[in-house]
Amino acid sequence: MIVNEQVAIDHGLKKDEYDKICELLKRTPNITELGIFSAMWNEHCSYKSSRLHLKKLPTKGKKVIQGPGENAGVIDIEDNDAIVFKIESHNHPSFIEPYQGAATGVGGIMRDVFTMGARPIANLNSIHFGSPQHKKTKNLLRGVVHGIGGYGNCMGVPTIAGQTSFDSSYNGNILVNAMTLGLVKKDKIFYSKAAGLNKPVIYVGSKTGRDGIHGASMASASFDDKIEEKKPTVQVGDPFTEKLLLEACLELMAGDSIIAIQDMGAAGLTSSSIEMASKGNLGIEINLNKVPCRETKMTPYEIMLSESQERMLIVLENGKEEKAKKIFDKWNLDFAVIGKTTNTKKIQLYFDNEKVADIPVNTLVENSPMYERKWKKSKLPKKNKIKKEDLKNLKIIDVLKKILANPNICSKEWIWQQYDHTVMGDTIQKPGGDAGVVRVHGTKKAVATSVDSSAVYCWAHPLTGGKQVVCESFRNLISVGAKPIAITNCLNFGSPENEENMGEFVECVQGIGEASEYLKFPVVSGNVSFYNQTKDVGIKPTPAIGGVGLIKDYKKMISMDFKEVNNFVLVIGKTEGHLDQSLFARNILDEKNGPPPEINLFNEKNNGETLLKLIENSLIKSAHDVSLGGIITAVAKMCIKGNKGINLNKPKYLINEMEYFFAEDQGRYIIEISKENVKKVTDILNKNAVHFDELGTINENELYIDQKTKVAIDVLRSSNTNWLSEYMSK
Amino acid sequence: MKSAVITFPGSNCDRDMDVALKQFGFKNKMVWHNDVELPKTDLIVLPGGFSYGDYLRCGSMASKSKIMKSVINFANSGGMVMGICNGFQILVETGLVPGVLLRNKYLEFICKNVFVKIKNKKNIFFKNIDTDVLEFHIAHNEGNYFCTKDQLKEIEDNEQVAINYCDKNGKIEEQFNPNGSIKNIAGIFNKEKNVLGMMPHPERMIDNFLSGEDGSLFFNNLMNNLK
Repeated sequence: MIVNEQVAIDHGLKKDEYDKICELLKRTPNITELGIFSAMWNEHCSYKSSRLHLKKLPTKGKKVIQGPGENAGVIDIEDNDAIVFKIESHNHPSFIEPYQGAATGVGGIMRDVFTMGARPIANLNSIHFGSPQHKKTKNLLRGVVHGIGGYGNCMGVPTIAGQTSFDSSYNGNILVNAMTLGLVKKDKIFYSKAAGLNKPVIYVGSKTGRDGIHGASMASASFDDKIEEKKPTVQVGDPFTEKLLLEACLELMAGDSIIAIQDMGAAGLTSSSIEMASKGNLGIEINLNKVPCRETKMTPYEIMLSESQERMLIVLENGKEEKAKKIFDKWNLDFAVIGKTTNTKKIQLYFDNEKVADIPVNTLVENSPMYERKWKKSKLPKKNKIKKEDLKNLKIIDVLKKILANPNICSKEWIWQQYDHTVMGDTIQKPGGDAGVVRVHGTKKAVATSVDSSAVYCWAHPLTGGKQVVCESFRNLISVGAKPIAITNCLNFGSPENEENMGEFVECVQGIGEASEYLKFPVVSGNVSFYNQTKDVGIKPTPAIGGVGLIKDYKKMISMDFKEVNNFVLVIGKTEGHLDQSLFARNILDEKNGPPPEINLFNEKNNGETLLKLIENSLIKSAHDVSLGGIITAVAKMCIKGNKGINLNKPKYLINEMEYFFAEDQGRYIIEISKENVKKVTDILNKNAVHFDELGTINENELYIDQKTKVAIDVLRSSNTNWLSEYMSK
Repeated sequence: MKSAVITFPGSNCDRDMDVALKQFGFKNKMVWHNDVELPKTDLIVLPGGFSYGDYLRCGSMASKSKIMKSVINFANSGGMVMGICNGFQILVETGLVPGVLLRNKYLEFICKNVFVKIKNKKNIFFKNIDTDVLEFHIAHNEGNYFCTKDQLKEIEDNEQVAINYCDKNGKIEEQFNPNGSIKNIAGIFNKEKNVLGMMPHPERMIDNFLSGEDGSLFFNNLMNNLK
């Protein structure tokens, strides 16, 4: 096939990018080379629109062992233990083929983690669908949940937390973000940097097929009417093979034969070999006839661009091939020496005794395009004046029931019961709480993790929204008694070529950066997903933040369910009555304008750290952060979980009852304390200048408001639990 | 007491079972599916997971693997064998226990706590347990127990039903049946009661920070019965 400008454009490259390739090579590339360039230079692999901005994120800290740039981030959790974690998107494939798209998303992120020598110990996911009324939503949700479960359950890794939301902006472009945490010994972490000359390059895992060719390019383009035609670009997952690959890799890693290892994810053999060579400042030579293929007559182009799953590339020490092969034979996996490292600093491919590609590595990596895209700054919207008479006619219990049954608030048990969340025998906090918690096997320690996003806030004001998501993650970890350590982010946005969408990206990233800097909660890994749009309409900006924290003594972990009748309940943090962009304003008053709640980073840090101290001193019985739906929603959920009621009193503020109970002011937590500790706790709060209000005391089974309005907890429970299962069974 | 847990490719509760057995005093050994000989042992456990990816039919390929010949001989000569979840599916495929396990009635994987009523205590697995109802944990996609009418009659005549799904008071009704199993059956024995297959995972309920502690009750009792 003759390569020209049109062929390049068909590969998703721009005209000037094609010109640059010809200039760098000082000749026209052949078709295999063009395929390699298109795979390495697309948005998904090159981060060409985002690199400039991602550089500004804080990525360092005392506990950070490895920041962005590797397969995943690594943090120190003491005693020579470390946690490897990352989140990644699989949005486009999941919309085209929900089961396989979601399944391979989970498979891919687990590989990123065990590539570094860590055994996966927890999975999470953040999934976002269109309006429940949209005709595709139900099937997409079912397919995605089956896919996530199908892969994770088979791998034997518990899925312990997640987030699901519905919004019409995802009607034509759902989001599926998968996150994995792995446990590794600090002195046994594996990296992807190749080193040494003439070292054997090994291919292990599944055979290469024709699936997923151009997957990364598909993920770097917008959807149009012909998306169904893109089905062949979705990979097919085989969790059984991945389980074998995991065990085989960990067995090999126990020895000392591996120099570098890299999984074949997006852009398959192309990006894995090039990344290893680039990081080691070396060349790699590969004989493509040696690559194990599933189908006959595969061309070099197809072999290099296939995104078949469950494959790894390894650079071994010389002479270790036999020993390594034995391990992969035991696990019935392919093992092939396909090439070697060289000093040419080029990627050189041979097929049928002919050289089919010869590209300097730096042209693909360092010289890849980087754009300073135009972007538009967003203004802080004007505050809405909510009319008092609008609130007057509302009955608080009716509103609460409606909010508890809202698709974005309701219980997601229908989803997480389909995920094995207890395998490995260390899950001590299941899905449905503030954060999932797993013990570090055989120790006193536990790791807490949560994944969050707030697309509505980010859409209303990206800078504030970006900060808010980080704070929310921080609060969720604190709420179970974990010290927040670091985050991973999955940045889901519309087109970077659209100034507004690009502006949302830039300002959300800025917000994330400011909050993570202030809270000492650095970003150690992540992924950018642009072009989440159908035709010209982008999704609401949806950065998802995955946070990880450490509980030094898991016996001190707490949960959100109310524990004991007559215990005291307080709310930490000040309630100003901010209703704009709240669930209440958007869904009850149908008011979609106004700014999101303001973020005060000093209060966030101070409130959170003070609460953590209280928890560590065993003074708190239960805690839950206040988020969507405000104080009363948070309290109702604590009642439902603990099967208890509460006598709730509105403090004598000047603000209206509705504003007090449904406002979404930030930096707040509900806490339960036993009577004898009330003074001790309030003294500590006062001493640290943490604002708090007394809310009331716990009772048997009813929610009482100001001694006049009441509702049985069972009634609230049915509002909260029925919506999703009824929706799915209709 | 000695125990052995068989690891098949795709097993994923083998470590959890190893941890549980050791916690309750067993000297446990892990045995690879490709081995031929079993170590000297008092109990063999086929753990949960997705042996051979559960391709073809759950448990079917594992039932033909090398070590299973020895496991079958061990069981037929009176040795104690317990299959949990995927292990139960493997036992059914070998014919050591009767019946089959179909896909869950609602076609979804299900992971949650359930109650089971102990139907038969005249055996070494449940003898002396001082409660009739246990809170156990299930996590499976194919736990819908089924057998023919004739088989069911034979199973009941021989008192082979081990546990039934029920509520916390031991009431066995269809509404407490999580997966559609015939007669709410959650676990059964072979005729001689030395082989037990069950869907619930007692190894996930072995301390008060997990989903519950009735697994501890089960393992402690088993250990005492074997002593």
